[in-house]
Amino acid sequence: MSRVNCIVCLKPVPDPRRWSELALDPITKTLRREGIPSLLNPLDKHALEEALRIKERSGGTVTVISMAPLTANDVLREAIAIGADGAVLLSHKSFAGADTLATSYVLAAAVKKLGEFDLLLCGNQSLDGGTGQVGPEIAEFLGIPHVTYVRRIDVLDRGAVRVERALEYGYMVIEGRMPLVLSVVDEINVPRHISLMRISDAMQAEIPVWTSRDLDIDSGRIGLLGSPTQVADLFLPTIKRRREMITGAPDTVSKLLIQKLRELGVL
Amino acid sequence: MGVSIEMVGCGRKIAEKLKTELAAVLLGHDVKDLADQLVAYGADKVYLAESELLRFYHSEAYAIIIGELAKKHRPEIFLLGSTSTGRDLAPRIAAKLCTGLTADCMSLDVDDKGRLLQVVPAFGGNVMATVICPVHRPQMATVRPGVMKPPEIVGGRHGEVVEIPVDLKEEDLNIRILDVVTEEPRAAPIETADVVVAGGWGVGNTDGWRLIEELARSMDAAVGATRPPVDEKWASEDQLIGQSGKTVRPRLYVGVAISGAMQHLVGVQDSKVIVAINKDPNAPIFKASDFGIVADFRDVVPPLADAIRKLR
Repeated sequence: MSRVNCIVCLKPVPDPRRWSELALDPITKTLRREGIPSLLNPLDKHALEEALRIKERSGGTVTVISMAPLTANDVLREAIAIGADGAVLLSHKSFAGADTLATSYVLAAAVKKLGEFDLLLCGNQSLDGGTGQVGPEIAEFLGIPHVTYVRRIDVLDRGAVRVERALEYGYMVIEGRMPLVLSVVDEINVPRHISLMRISDAMQAEIPVWTSRDLDIDSGRIGLLGSPTQVADLFLPTIKRRREMITGAPDTVSKLLIQKLRELGVL
Repeated sequence: MGVSIEMVGCGRKIAEKLKTELAAVLLGHDVKDLADQLVAYGADKVYLAESELLRFYHSEAYAIIIGELAKKHRPEIFLLGSTSTGRDLAPRIAAKLCTGLTADCMSLDVDDKGRLLQVVPAFGGNVMATVICPVHRPQMATVRPGVMKPPEIVGGRHGEVVEIPVDLKEEDLNIRILDVVTEEPRAAPIETADVVVAGGWGVGNTDGWRLIEELARSMDAAVGATRPPVDEKWASEDQLIGQSGKTVRPRLYVGVAISGAMQHLVGVQDSKVIVAINKDPNAPIFKASDFGIVADFRDVVPPLADAIRKLR
């Protein structure tokens, strides 16, 4: 089998255990994430793991990239400690506030700059945004095919891969010529942990930071200003519910609740 | 055609407001009779592309054909169902057309400027956000199955079916579908359940989850979940209730150890009666419930299940 070189897109996401602390900036209507630690998007861990398995079988390289604030350095070093060969961080204030189209545009530009590759892997969706849009959009900007919901990848000899794509009830088997973008779901593998032996490599690794000047991009298509979608309004939905609290010992509240539900005819 | 019919209903309302035409795009093999159904539900026009190549969802082929249609006919608005197909196809087309796409909208409307108002739960708060795509066209949005009410068939509706020739051949494409395997769903879908019991992060572990399932059994209820129990594999993905999961409309919904983030609440807001059990008196779910019990679910759920069982 010839070498298969992989690029993996990573996204740092705010730690879900601290989500209640996230604040929405009422003026820019974007999220204020300062002070909330980030972790590597869980599905991206599966993408990285799959890339490493492919590297082990075929002898290629694994490069990780991320478009994120400078603090994403931690997540990229973590990826190197897990086994990635190198990392690039795309970070600039002009990238901030991007929607999925503007994000995919920047990531695609970085991938073009990295040169030839065989597979671009990413998690099917992120924990925070959850749109699942970036993988297919990057593929369109690169002019290559994509497959989402990938739960199995087999690299074939003739520059092709065979993948299983999970459906709501069932799956598809698809064959595609590389290069391809594959968005993976968690069923695909069990990710390995950081390798102690790689920690010092990870700490010493040079992670270039590319800004808008380092990429061949149209500055009108990046960041908040380059995003076709915008938040126009934030509002509290009107929720009309009884808000009746039932208090007492467990047996008492059980009886009271049942009584009220029966009165309403729902139990 | 499930969610597609729901989108036709939604699109019809918007088309009426904008006093414009609603078109549906139908791709497949041997699907011509579905085109008549789309007209009956509200489409003025159906663009029909048929080919053996299109029998199953083929991301490359579908995106090429629909992309060309969109470039030619320049719709103002383009809606798709948020299914494994829609979530794969919509972004590909959005990038092809360099336009905005909002996923998993909970409601869609247009303002007097003809802008599509795409409402989603705002991440990081108990608020909703209205997203717009002011300049780029088409304005694209996806909606999950069951969020919009399906339209009624209107008798005597007429529409035009426009057949699109498909020149694509397998040799032109880089992707080949080798097989499609369908599996039966394990349980009755929660979207149609009359009673739903859902558990959240606070359930803590599989022992706790067993109590949730026991409560559900006592009421003949379906079991739902928020994202953390699905991630922890106490529940499966098809039990997820919320913006990125299912919308349920039971007569009774009981949320146990669920804090009540907007992403989840949007999936249960049409329940007739909502009950919340949570040990945190400040949990947002209480403001969105009819009845609330502040308690550790481990103390309340067993006697509650017991008392319900005795009723039957």
